[in-house]
Amino acid sequence: MIKDIIEKIRALTKKSIIFRSSLIAAWAAILFLPFKDIKTAVMMFLSVLIGLSAIFFVRKSNFYQTFLEEFHPDFPHRFRKPALIALLIAFFVSPFILADYYLDVLIISGIYIILALGLNVIVGFAGLLNLGFAAFYAIGAYTYALLNTKLGLGFWACLPLSALSASFAGLLLAIPALRLRGDYLAIVTLGFGEIVRLTLNNWDSLTNGPNGITGIASPSLMNLSLGRLEYFYYIVFAFVLLTLAIIRRVESSRIGRAWIAIKENEIAASSIGINITKYKLYAFTFGTFWAGIAGTLFASKMQFVSPESFTFIESVFILSMVILGGLGNTYGTVLGAFILALLPEVLRGVQLYRMLILGLGLVLLMIFRPQGLLGGGKSVRIRN
Amino acid sequence: MFVLETNRLTRHFGGIKAIEDVSFKAKDRSIVSIIGPNGAGKTTLFNCFTGITKPTKGSIRFMNKEISGLQPHEIANLGISRTFQNIRLFSEMSVIENVMVGQHTKRKYNLFSAIFHNNNFLIQEQNILQNAFEYLEFIGLQNFADMRADNLPYGSQRRLEIARALATEPDIILLDEPTAGMNPAETEEVMSLIKNIQELGKTIILIEHDMHLVMGISDWIIVLDHGVKIAEGKPEQVRNDPLVIEAYLGKETIN
Repeated sequence: MIKDIIEKIRALTKKSIIFRSSLIAAWAAILFLPFKDIKTAVMMFLSVLIGLSAIFFVRKSNFYQTFLEEFHPDFPHRFRKPALIALLIAFFVSPFILADYYLDVLIISGIYIILALGLNVIVGFAGLLNLGFAAFYAIGAYTYALLNTKLGLGFWACLPLSALSASFAGLLLAIPALRLRGDYLAIVTLGFGEIVRLTLNNWDSLTNGPNGITGIASPSLMNLSLGRLEYFYYIVFAFVLLTLAIIRRVESSRIGRAWIAIKENEIAASSIGINITKYKLYAFTFGTFWAGIAGTLFASKMQFVSPESFTFIESVFILSMVILGGLGNTYGTVLGAFILALLPEVLRGVQLYRMLILGLGLVLLMIFRPQGLLGGGKSVRIRN
Repeated sequence: MFVLETNRLTRHFGGIKAIEDVSFKAKDRSIVSIIGPNGAGKTTLFNCFTGITKPTKGSIRFMNKEISGLQPHEIANLGISRTFQNIRLFSEMSVIENVMVGQHTKRKYNLFSAIFHNNNFLIQEQNILQNAFEYLEFIGLQNFADMRADNLPYGSQRRLEIARALATEPDIILLDEPTAGMNPAETEEVMSLIKNIQELGKTIILIEHDMHLVMGISDWIIVLDHGVKIAEGKPEQVRNDPLVIEAYLGKETIN
């Protein structure tokens, strides 16, 4: 009797997408019930139901596959160009349409995109796992903060300086760390990240410790302050495009090919004449350069820096962006950074649970698409 | 003229004598085969030539220049290139990229050229692509240029490794069991490919177990057993050498 019912439910689950989704949604809602009221549980039920049905339908209709084939960076550029142009226009006009809050979110995600692109050079191209990337971000931010507040140097003068200092820190870390590989390198970079954060936290006379540095200037151009959100948005936007263009060009050059060769097989790479050590150093200094840029943008945006913004979790967050988008895939990294930077804001409605949902999403992604959203395709690094 | 000479080359791993006092010379534009039973030290010899392992003692001279102790990429730059017994392609890259990356040291430009796409970049990159296609044509894989390297059939992967090695424009190319796992028809193809490489003016040193191939194309054969050179000579000399027969088949015991 009971067996029959279970059999029927099973058959129905297989057959009906709606039924399957509602079953899972009901389970999620019941899980929520002890923590929240009925209303939240019903909301949960509905959102999971809609979300899951959408996913199942998309899967069934093979839409996702065709979508990937059409828009995957490797697909001949039939749809890519118009789509990219439309995106560019959309981003260009958004300050005229969007409220300040959304602009703010877009600026932050822009900074994260630059960061993730930099980390992708190190982890995605050269295959060097780096768990302390926030340290270079911090070095960039603090270099600008200190040069600006102590010496009165402006944004544009500091930008190359802080990028280079982050880069230099990358070089200093890389020289000893490059004897190590894989897990060991990850531990060393993690340690470096903590050292930098603790130094900033405790060097009171220079960095003002945990209280941070306040009163950092916004960028300006010929006495015109560019601190207003709209202006700043365009600055960040321009830097995202610049970063993207430069990294794409380097990726499709002999330098990018050498990095990927090293990631794939060090012995084979050295046997065709690639100087492994040199190119690993290259990857480290080139990748951390962008962390310096992002740090400067961050400091001038917030007009305040404190060690709290550069924790280990921040490093992991940036790494998640790279992995979510697809390790080694530049466009994927942009997408991953954009989604992960945006998601906490989108999920603000469910406050307490947003980190839970975020985490769950990442777990599911790793199960169903371990290569990341856009990763795993044949990469084309030939200039057309 | 000899392009590669070793003198009393020795490599020990702890107590194991992988190579012991091996001396030989490879003539310019010749095909030299290194044969011997499993564990004879053939691949270790290759690893010494390419700098992957450092010899314990002895010298390796390439065009009268001492190369033992140099880094692998320095040796590759000088003009020694190799393939591997277990295929080591860059599997995430496309077929053409695998060959393009082989041109790394021959067609150079710096980071700024790459960023600004200046003239030097355009010329070099054009050359890289063109040369890579030529090498692909040479090994007959030009129709698979866009395919991911690890999607190629096994035999083609081995040939692609040869193309990648050729793309470094070496004087000597070391082939480590180029026909391992191939059927007789594929082996024939590789045999003519090796002859074609020789006609490009390159010296070929190969490790091989297929005696038909070895006897068919070698100008010189070196036989190793337990790390020691037990014989060398032209194919017909080696074929009838009692020491070689003993190493391969065991000693004949007559009561």
